[in-house]
Amino acid sequence: MEQTNWGSLKRFSRQILFSPIGVKGQKRLRNKHVLIIGAGALGSGNAEMLVRSGAGKVTIADRDYVEESNLQRQQLYTESDAAQSLPKAVAAEKRLKQINSSTEISGVVADVTPEVLERFSDVDLIIDATDNFDIRFLINDFCQKQNIPWIYGACLGAYGISCNIIPGKTPCLACLLDQIPLTGATCDSEGIIAPVVQMVTAVQTAEALKILTENRAAIRNTLICFDLWNNEHSEIAIEPLKQDSCLSCGRKRAYPHLDFQLQTKAAVLCGRDTVQIRSGVHQTMNLEQWESHFQGLGFTTKRNPYLLSVQLEEPYRIVCFQDGRVLVHGTNRIETAKNVYYRYFGA
Amino acid sequence: MKLMINGQEKSVPHHLQTILDLLQELNLDPGFIIVEKNGEILDKNTFTSTPVQNGDRLELVKFVGGG
Repeated sequence: MEQTNWGSLKRFSRQILFSPIGVKGQKRLRNKHVLIIGAGALGSGNAEMLVRSGAGKVTIADRDYVEESNLQRQQLYTESDAAQSLPKAVAAEKRLKQINSSTEISGVVADVTPEVLERFSDVDLIIDATDNFDIRFLINDFCQKQNIPWIYGACLGAYGISCNIIPGKTPCLACLLDQIPLTGATCDSEGIIAPVVQMVTAVQTAEALKILTENRAAIRNTLICFDLWNNEHSEIAIEPLKQDSCLSCGRKRAYPHLDFQLQTKAAVLCGRDTVQIRSGVHQTMNLEQWESHFQGLGFTTKRNPYLLSVQLEEPYRIVCFQDGRVLVHGTNRIETAKNVYYRYFGA
Repeated sequence: MKLMINGQEKSVPHHLQTILDLLQELNLDPGFIIVEKNGEILDKNTFTSTPVQNGDRLELVKFVGGG
């Protein structure tokens, strides 16, 4: 097999033997940068397959940390990651580097805002592995503005869904949904089984490989969904839903979701009885100082290089990140969480 | 009445008249559903006026958020 400056092609030989990819596709893949937003179940699966496939650069961003209840389906993480409360982006980066040292891998511990996205305007593809529609509409606007394809994916219970959103070609998410769904159904309330995660990631990664190796004719033009428990599946060609008047991809586009003011500063985390609060001003947190502050108040704390966990009065526990975000555990009510937050961090 | 929904034959009550009736019967929020009836995708605004009839072939795609 041909030698290149990035090592032998041998490890990819079975993928190269697959004729639509071949050596040409493999080299294209090597020159591509994929941003995966979310490092939960979908993010883990997509990241592992893309890194094993030999994508040149993979960035994975996430705002959360590993917990025991993630281990049933989030394939990159171990019991040790959960015991250490490692940020998912850190644990994912560590594991992915063990899998393929020739891919450039970067884990980003952050809540993905328009500002964070601006750093990635040169990526070739974005994979949606998020758990809410606020961020999907943000990704949708960003990708329309920067002309980046993205792949929607979601799952709940035994049900999964995926769709390619390609600027200038397919309808965008805002064409498909004229409002942001505010469903109460989350992985917390409805549960989820691992095989549906694998099914959605299989569809997403397959489409990613087509896009990254520039096999354009093979790219799926349908929205696909399946229910692995009730044995249902469905596919719809969505092209007729493209709307000329769409504010995200139409003639008079305004990208309404890129406006920082519209970004939720407090958000309920999918399935976690947890609310994330992001300060309106940009600030970083000195975790060591805050730890001694909370210890001085008599609370038990736990700190690693990335976050500080404080057990407050029952049932509340807070987790502070260096980027200034605070997770309030023990409630899924934004108002309650804000009260707890302001009690300790001022107005 | 028998309908083919997402590739499976299903029996639904005869009194259902429109797509909206059907979605309500199935506990599906019409805001987050894409409906294809007999190969044709429906505009959301027509859910209340589009009839369902015995033998219709429907694809119902529900948007979910988890991941």
